[in-house]
Amino acid sequence: MIRATLKSLAARKLRLAMSAFAIVLGVAFVAGSYVFTDTIDRTFDDIFGGLSSDVVVRPDLPGETDIFAGFATGTTTTISSDLVDDVADLPGVERADGEIENQSFFVLDTDGDVMTSQGAPGIAVNWHDGPAADGDPVLRLVDGDLPAGPGEVALDDRTFERSGYRIGDEVEFVSTGDEPRLTAELVGVVRFGEGGSLAGASLSVFETRYAQELFVGGDDAYNRISVTAADGASAEEVRDEISAILPDDFEALTGAEVDEETASAIEEGLGFFNTFLLVFAAIALFVGVFLILNTFSILVAQRSQEMALFRALGAGRRQVTRSVLLEALVVGVVGSTLGLLLGLGVAQLLKTVFGAFGLELAGGLVLLPRTVVVAYVVGIVVTMIAAYVPARRASRVPPIAAMRDDVVATESSRRWHLWIGGALTLLGAAAMATGLFADVDDAALMVGAGIFAVFIGVALLAPVLATPVLRVVAGWYPKAFGTVGRLARENALRNPRRTAATASALMIGMALVTAISIIGASANATVDRALDDGVRAQFVVSNAVGQPFSPSIAEAASQVDGVDEVVPVRVSGGVVDGDQTFLQAFDPVAYGRAADLPMVEGSDDLSGGGFLIGEQQAESEGLSVGDTVRLQLPGSDEEIELIGIYGQSPLLSGGVIVSTQTLEDGAVPALDSLLYVIADDGADLATVHEGLDEVTAEIPTVTVQDQEEYKESSRDQVNQLLYLVYALLGLAVLIAVLGIVNTLALSVMERTREVGLLRAVGLSRRQLRRTIRLESIAIAVLGAVLGVALGLIFGVSLQRAIADDGLDQLSVPGGQLIVFVVLAAVIGVLAAVWPARRAAKLDVLRAITTE
Amino acid sequence: MTTQPSSPSTAARAVDLTKIYGKDDTQVVALGGVTVEFTAGAYTAIMGPSGSGKSTLMHCMAALDSSTSGQVFVGDTELSKLGDKELTRLRRDKIGFIFQAFNLIPTLTAKENITLPLDIAGRDVDKEWFDTVIATVGLADRLSHKPNQLSGGQQQRVACARALVSQPEIIFADEPTGNLDSRSGTEVLSFLRRSVREFGQTIVMVTHDPNAAAYSDRVLFLADGLIVDEMTDPTAEKVLERMKGFDAVGQQA
Ligand SMILES: Nc1ncnc2c1ncn2[C@@H]1O[C@H](COP(=O)(O)OP(=O)(O)O)[C@@H](O)[C@H]1O
Ligand SMILES: [Mg+2]
Repeated sequence: MIRATLKSLAARKLRLAMSAFAIVLGVAFVAGSYVFTDTIDRTFDDIFGGLSSDVVVRPDLPGETDIFAGFATGTTTTISSDLVDDVADLPGVERADGEIENQSFFVLDTDGDVMTSQGAPGIAVNWHDGPAADGDPVLRLVDGDLPAGPGEVALDDRTFERSGYRIGDEVEFVSTGDEPRLTAELVGVVRFGEGGSLAGASLSVFETRYAQELFVGGDDAYNRISVTAADGASAEEVRDEISAILPDDFEALTGAEVDEETASAIEEGLGFFNTFLLVFAAIALFVGVFLILNTFSILVAQRSQEMALFRALGAGRRQVTRSVLLEALVVGVVGSTLGLLLGLGVAQLLKTVFGAFGLELAGGLVLLPRTVVVAYVVGIVVTMIAAYVPARRASRVPPIAAMRDDVVATESSRRWHLWIGGALTLLGAAAMATGLFADVDDAALMVGAGIFAVFIGVALLAPVLATPVLRVVAGWYPKAFGTVGRLARENALRNPRRTAATASALMIGMALVTAISIIGASANATVDRALDDGVRAQFVVSNAVGQPFSPSIAEAASQVDGVDEVVPVRVSGGVVDGDQTFLQAFDPVAYGRAADLPMVEGSDDLSGGGFLIGEQQAESEGLSVGDTVRLQLPGSDEEIELIGIYGQSPLLSGGVIVSTQTLEDGAVPALDSLLYVIADDGADLATVHEGLDEVTAEIPTVTVQDQEEYKESSRDQVNQLLYLVYALLGLAVLIAVLGIVNTLALSVMERTREVGLLRAVGLSRRQLRRTIRLESIAIAVLGAVLGVALGLIFGVSLQRAIADDGLDQLSVPGGQLIVFVVLAAVIGVLAAVWPARRAAKLDVLRAITTE
Repeated sequence: MTTQPSSPSTAARAVDLTKIYGKDDTQVVALGGVTVEFTAGAYTAIMGPSGSGKSTLMHCMAALDSSTSGQVFVGDTELSKLGDKELTRLRRDKIGFIFQAFNLIPTLTAKENITLPLDIAGRDVDKEWFDTVIATVGLADRLSHKPNQLSGGQQQRVACARALVSQPEIIFADEPTGNLDSRSGTEVLSFLRRSVREFGQTIVMVTHDPNAAAYSDRVLFLADGLIVDEMTDPTAEKVLERMKGFDAVGQQA
């Protein structure tokens, strides 16, 4: 008796462990996302927190947050040294240090490669020893000497260590200035703040006069003033004192205000990343819920005889429900705890990966109480809900069932599944249709919400859909595999609800993968078409690091033999009628020669100022030719007139176009983001390519691409993003695989006697394994087929929804979708390995005589 | 060494067969050295009190369980030397089974259950023989039913048909009527009887019911893991009488 009890407990333990595993994975993803983003937050807080001086004076930029920094173009407005002196003379001011800062000044290592990782700024500053608000210096010399004049530089210690330079070496730089390439002698090493981490950025320090020459055109001027308050004066008082004497286009802020602004800007940037991770955590959990729900359903079904016996012995319905919920609580707590631990592991892994890519995060992981709470709440609540449904069902098992041999759970709950599933699917479809065809504001949001509803709806409907699909998917089994095939088909079909629930997890993963792959393929197709149809320029010059570059390159490029014309494109942020807006600047007439720019209305001559806008934008903003808007730039604030409206144009998403003069008048630095190069008729393109390569050779980050290369590189970018998303969705698929493993293993346990009988009458171990494998493949392919079908609908709908935002080509990667289904079959084979081995290991005699 | 071939008329035999469960002080001697022959074309019943080793003997003879020592022959094949693959094949091709309960795969129809061993082996179904068997068990109109649509007696008859249809050298039945009411039990027993008489099938049946034993040609009596007696041409009364004797002996011991 004790032996039997122990045995059944051990068997249950395994089953419970399997269901706990689903929770572990879901929670790990949520916890991992939080821990990782908190760790990043902490790193940035460490870097920027408390590093500002008591008060900062800077040019007053329009807009709330510093949108201009986002384009690394900043402003050309500077602060004269006279103003620095005036500020220093104020009674509340102890000292005022003029600061120069440039964010596009990159260090090349000894191999000639740019050292900063993608997107991180290359910062150059002038040396001064003014303290931060906490009294400590922002920069400290840790080795060598301070740069004392022209041609001397100090680097931050992190960059120094990785660069391979030694003190005394000539260091190479590239910049956006008129002199794109520069060398300076390395005379010293400095440390930034306490830890020295710059989160991937590099820091080059110059003597002030030399920095002025490099970055502010040689004027005795600065970008910013760091003010230290005199003893007894508060930062706020000093700020107000300074504000009183400042000219209109400057502002004074306390160091705390600046830090807060920096922090919120970073948080906004990271918030996106956090959201991204959490969306995947939600998907992982969503899939996990199916797994948990399914596992508990099976567990409870298997125990319904035991429960019926309890009921027969006088236990109330509620007691039975409670016992199941209690079990779920225990599993939830254990699963959440392990999930939290695994989440720390995931965060550590991400941190290591980021470190390998140059974005080093200093210090240990950050585990906030909030993370712990969320992990437990999510893990436990999900498990309890997942357990409640089957528990209620179990409590309805009539006591008489205890006497019967095989208990079939009541089918009544299946009906509400269908009703709710049907209703959700219809509602979701309606929302999608509204988003697609009706004229609503948030089309993409509508479609997204609709997709979510359809997801859950179809998952609930899956048991009904499963049978016909399985008849096709597994229908050929008996013909191909004889009895083994028939057994596999019948096993897959015997409990459609279970099969469907198991397949649902994979369905969700597959639907997302399919939708994403359609969006990706469409993005590639859109770029291809845009280039094929609308771009006449043979070459594109751009910067791989995403930084703009000096106009001297455009000038040099136009001198290359065989080049007819160079059309530079600049970008900047700006504030249009109070809204922060992305601006492009070029000469539309010249642009029209490089690419399609069909004018619908008005003129495309921006030489007298004004702006152009796309047809759709004009309509949605209610603008027509002759209307004016207020445009604020760092150094200007004026009404400009809409002089023309353009139609569909490849590579332009319909936004505001101004002249480069307008940007320059607004104190936006004169930097190009992209050049279109048109070759002479009949010129040898290979020779022109070489000539352009020579011109850009000076700056390693700037590259020349012909149309094919440009397509290739934008495809690479799209694909990189896709692979990242695939990798994360891979986790959802992994959970789905575990779900199949779980269900199969539980089914095998449930069918122990059947397995014994089959083995007794001569089914070999190999045939038995094949039976289970085929069943697994049927489940996996069912999930894949439903998933790909849903994904097709979702992907096409999403593409339609955002077609107006530029993604106007639909491309369905058919071959890829077939690969997905084949992969699903492989997944099925893999998922079956363990359950099949378990089944094959069953002792025949014991299996037959088992209870 | 007792490796001399079995006489042609022996379907299966055991030589000095022992089966011991557990170790040391928890040891249970289920079979204590059984030597027995099952003649081809005969219907043998194995009787004995509960726990006397009937099922164990049958499982060892039927290649479902391994013996502790001694030898088991099915036809000319000695089992102890065989691996799982050969044992599986032996069960599939040479042995038929009828268990007390749970004889059928619930997802397969009666017909599919009956031909299961042949289908697994990839052997063709002998249509004539199949029809004969079906006619004998009287299931012609139930062939497309799933097991849960059949009564207990019908299910056992399907199991009998399955055991017969592959024409094994020997059929082992462990209390095949144990779960049936007496009328269904009688149907199954007379069917087994007919298959021996009309088709020359060899059957070994474990039972504790003297009435069931009376259908057989020979009854072996098992007590405490040893064959203690046998009886040919049994009747229910004679078997019952003999059983009482053992009980008395058992109580004296
Ligand atoms: N798997 C086992 N483990 C331990 N002892 C067993 C096992 N199977 C059977 N036995 C013991 O072996 C003896 C014979 O069992 P069995 O052959 O099932 O008897 P019968 O079928 O005659 O009732 C009994 O004492 C039983 O307790
Ligand atoms: Mg027995």
